[in-house]
Amino acid sequence: MNVEIIFFFLVAALAIVSAVFMITRRNPVKSVLFLIVNFFCLAVVYLILHAQFIAIIQILVYAGAIMVLFLFVIMLLNLGDESRLAEKTTYRYWIAAIAAGAALVEIALGVGVSLGGTHGSFHPAAAEIGTVEFIGRSLYSEYLFPFEVTSLILLAAMVGVIVLAKKKFH
Amino acid sequence: MEILISLIKIVIVLFVLLTSVAYIVLLERRVAAAIQNRIGPNRVGWQGLLQPLADVVKLVMKEDIVPRQANKFIHDLAPIISIGVALATFAVIPFGNRIALFGHDIKLQIADVNIGILYILALTSLGVYGVTLSGWSSNSKYSLLGGMRSSAQMISYELAMGLSLIGVIMIAGSLRLDTIVEAQVAWRWNILLQPIGFITFVVSSFAETNRLPFDLPEAEPELVGGYHTEYSGLKFGLFFLAEYANMVTASAIITTVYLGGWQVPFVHSLGLSDVSVSIIQVLGFCFKVGMLIMFFIIIRWTLPRFRYDQLMNIGWKVMLPLAIANLLATGLVILLKWV
Amino acid sequence: MLTEFGRVFIFFIIGAIFVAGGLVTAWLVRPQRWYPNKLTSYECGEEPIGDSWVRFNIRFYVVALIFLVFDVEVVFLFPWAVVYQKLGMYAFVEMLIFLAVLLVGYAYVWGKGDLDWDKPEPQIPSVKGKEVTKPQYAEEVTG
Repeated sequence: MNVEIIFFFLVAALAIVSAVFMITRRNPVKSVLFLIVNFFCLAVVYLILHAQFIAIIQILVYAGAIMVLFLFVIMLLNLGDESRLAEKTTYRYWIAAIAAGAALVEIALGVGVSLGGTHGSFHPAAAEIGTVEFIGRSLYSEYLFPFEVTSLILLAAMVGVIVLAKKKFH
Repeated sequence: MEILISLIKIVIVLFVLLTSVAYIVLLERRVAAAIQNRIGPNRVGWQGLLQPLADVVKLVMKEDIVPRQANKFIHDLAPIISIGVALATFAVIPFGNRIALFGHDIKLQIADVNIGILYILALTSLGVYGVTLSGWSSNSKYSLLGGMRSSAQMISYELAMGLSLIGVIMIAGSLRLDTIVEAQVAWRWNILLQPIGFITFVVSSFAETNRLPFDLPEAEPELVGGYHTEYSGLKFGLFFLAEYANMVTASAIITTVYLGGWQVPFVHSLGLSDVSVSIIQVLGFCFKVGMLIMFFIIIRWTLPRFRYDQLMNIGWKVMLPLAIANLLATGLVILLKWV
Repeated sequence: MLTEFGRVFIFFIIGAIFVAGGLVTAWLVRPQRWYPNKLTSYECGEEPIGDSWVRFNIRFYVVALIFLVFDVEVVFLFPWAVVYQKLGMYAFVEMLIFLAVLLVGYAYVWGKGDLDWDKPEPQIPSVKGKEVTKPQYAEEVTG
């Protein structure tokens, strides 16, 4: 085993541990922190796969923007008080457990099937695909239409924010 | 061997960074004193030169007080996030060209990542956590208000910061900081090519580092100490260190991106040896950073603080449109020149 | 062979050692003399009233949401800026359309007043129902 694989397993283990901690913490702020740790692990996994742009976007957008929003919501709704968040209904718990179990089986099957094929050395072209230049060239020529549609989605999101905020609080 | 060179570079950079931060605190106190017609700290050592050492010893020896109702874990974590983010940015700053020493060709940059600018922006966006979490975990009204204000301020100015960098990337055609510096050879500094981008970036840097006139999060008359009201001892010291380290980092980024980085004009026409040219370039980089830090300090002791609504207005209604206009104008100019 | 990100990783580790070293030293040498009054949160010397984890103004949340939308937009701009000189005119028009759509949203947010923050409304003091303006006051004082 080379260093890269050992490093991957370390990071993957940390990702799983942080995910479990994120779910089991009672304090939502701590959950947010563990989710950020999880995002960092994901970013490192992307780096191992030579997808540098995706890795940095994972941190810039997910850890740097979305999680800030989560923190704001937690503070806005004053969820810091953990005792009020104690679960009362247990049937939800079981439904969630079954759904999670089903997802786990599905992933395991999916990975098992894909491992049946050939897998081995890292494709040399893969390192090039992860660079910003490659993403830029393909995004702004081949995938032009999806890119322009994204702007409409972002516009809808922006208008939605304002409408929802007005509706609830005025 | 390669790892050893890296290690030596990292230790030197961290050591120089932390020492210079300590002395910038002293510099700021002396300059503030001069501006206010006082003397400032001059007793510890010659002209107060040992003052930073005394300060550090004092902070280390102080008791660590955590309020009873605070969330201890997050209270401990917040200053570490702040200082970590402030220091980590330095991993990608090129502080010089290559230098040949003891038979090794050493690059004067710790890591030449090819997404350098995005790395810096990602770390800047993480800086919000130190402030928000310290404000939230202290369970004190002043801390929470300071933390919330500061995080809203930081995310608002982050946009203008990112957008003003786009113009520079369009000119250099790369996110690699080294390439951006190399593109600014002789007098092709980005400050001359991107004057509006430079202004929006510098203003956003002031807001990101929470320095006056944008130091709303710790506006003393209304918020006592802002987000670090409930911190004492070394944990407070770490916040303090982070603030000044952020200032150095911001100056280094501005130098790298807009002021030509380590480029020193006319240095090659002097006919010096390669090693001395490299050393002059490193000194040139340090000089530019030093001048910017002086600028930060003088601004702090000259301008009054903005009101919060003014601050948000400047961020969202002035800096953001200005940065977008700058980006479109840059695009147009490049188009007319190359097509 | 060390990749560039490997170097960043080493930098993180050494930085962590620097910070941890400081914290451990402080932990070893600092005194610990706590008593209840010392551990109250600061509220100008008074007993703290209530919990400080209170609900926040909705504005902070709206600002964070708008920021998120714009942040995604900025992320799209980075690869565009890198390849801009290669693609030329084509890329410029593309981005013009993209930005135009988003500027509509920006104008909407601005127009709806969600970028405005609360402004202080100073209470102008009045005497006998008459508003006191500055020159008058100055006259009163000097005269």
